[in-house]
Amino acid sequence: MTYLYAAYIATWLIHIGYLGRLLLRYMRLGGEIEKLRKK
Amino acid sequence: MKRVFPILAVITALLLAYAAYEALVVAPTEQTMGDVQRIFYYHVPSAWTAFILFFINFFASIVYLIRRTMKADIIALVTAEVGVVFCTVVLVTGPIWARPVWGIWWTWDLRLTLTLVLWLIYVSYLVLRRFSSSGQTPLLAAVLAVFGALDVPLVYFSIWFFRTQHPQPVIGGGGSIDPRMLHVLLINWAAFSCFAALVCWSRYRLEVLQREIDETQALEALLEPRGSHTGSAR
Amino acid sequence: MTKTGLTRATLMKDLRLEWRSKDAINSMLFFSLLVVVIFSFSFDPTAEESRHIAGGLIWVAFLFAAVVALNQTWARELRNQVLDAYRVSPAPPNSLFLAKAVGNFIFVTVLEALMTPLFIVFYNLRALGPAYQLPIIAMLGTWALVVNGTFFAAMSVRTRNREIMLPLLLFPISIPALLAMVEATGAILTGDFSARFWIVLLAAYDLLFTMASLFLFDFVLQAE
Repeated sequence: MTYLYAAYIATWLIHIGYLGRLLLRYMRLGGEIEKLRKK
Repeated sequence: MKRVFPILAVITALLLAYAAYEALVVAPTEQTMGDVQRIFYYHVPSAWTAFILFFINFFASIVYLIRRTMKADIIALVTAEVGVVFCTVVLVTGPIWARPVWGIWWTWDLRLTLTLVLWLIYVSYLVLRRFSSSGQTPLLAAVLAVFGALDVPLVYFSIWFFRTQHPQPVIGGGGSIDPRMLHVLLINWAAFSCFAALVCWSRYRLEVLQREIDETQALEALLEPRGSHTGSAR
Repeated sequence: MTKTGLTRATLMKDLRLEWRSKDAINSMLFFSLLVVVIFSFSFDPTAEESRHIAGGLIWVAFLFAAVVALNQTWARELRNQVLDAYRVSPAPPNSLFLAKAVGNFIFVTVLEALMTPLFIVFYNLRALGPAYQLPIIAMLGTWALVVNGTFFAAMSVRTRNREIMLPLLLFPISIPALLAMVEATGAILTGDFSARFWIVLLAAYDLLFTMASLFLFDFVLQAE
């Protein structure tokens, strides 16, 4: 049933979306650390 | 990241894959609803995980009110955020399940409505944390979390009574459950709990790092000699 | 000065200021009136229908009006640094909170008293159930909104978007109380079922959150 797959895919889209946001923040923090280290 | 994290991540991923396999293939097909019922194996564990995370948030908030440790504050923040993510999953999978089975997208079903209210309360908690410009944001957030947690039993009772007055279909199936289905349900719950724990851990590390950097930047701004960026005032 | 003396003094001060300017009551009244008229246009129910939906309409209108009152609760104190003065004084913080909450309660109750005849007229309302329960529901419900509203107003006072933060915090937590108010009012108007459970729930809600607010207000005052 398409509804079944829609539910499973939607679940993982939400989780991957959140994890993606965390990853972006980590990368941005990495840049900040580099900047601080240079000083 | 500590070295053990990638190993745990791989184990969790395998566990989740195995759980999904159990849910989609191994679990017996439900009599009345058919294959769509398998959404249950994602919907219910997500709900349990969210509730547990919110409970930890309540506990951490109380610890913060008493002890004012940063660790308690970060745990509160992390569990609220991850809890909202899992809550969102419940609120999305619920209607997707309800639509083919009962023909309606939403019903003021006890679990779904309770989840919606919890979602609203904790989103407002996160908004307060984001927009409060007081230096005591963690304190205010902890107070709000306590209020929210005190509200939960009242929400439960009010919706329960409302539903007995205006009966609606129950999403999530009341009554007894086939032991084979229970088995698959518990496997998925275990997998999602590990996943939630890992995500919380990552978010925790991220927050610790963020605060260290903020503090360092603040110190830098304080210690910078005045002449260097305003020009000499001779 | 005793604790109750302090509460009374603060309360009388607020009431006197409001009586002279009539700021809050005027804006609340006008806002409520707008809501009633717009709902009237949108719904235009029959007498039978209006008994079922009036509970919801009335309480939504009162809720929005209450938010108008609540938003200005602490604004004056903030402008004149009264909160800072209060924080360093030995006065118990509960007195201030209680005075503000009771003041708001009076404002909203006055509004309800003025608006109720209007609602009765616009929706041809007549209570089929025990009408004496309606003032009880009104008082318990209003206190439920006002006690949490005053508390969250204090919490919102130093946020970037103060006016939107208050309803954002207040509405989710008030959901059980709102459900109870609406259902109880509907029960009285239609006479279909007993409002007793909802009244007990409202009383429990009021008790719980009054205690919680009194207990935790000190933290909020110190946090400013």
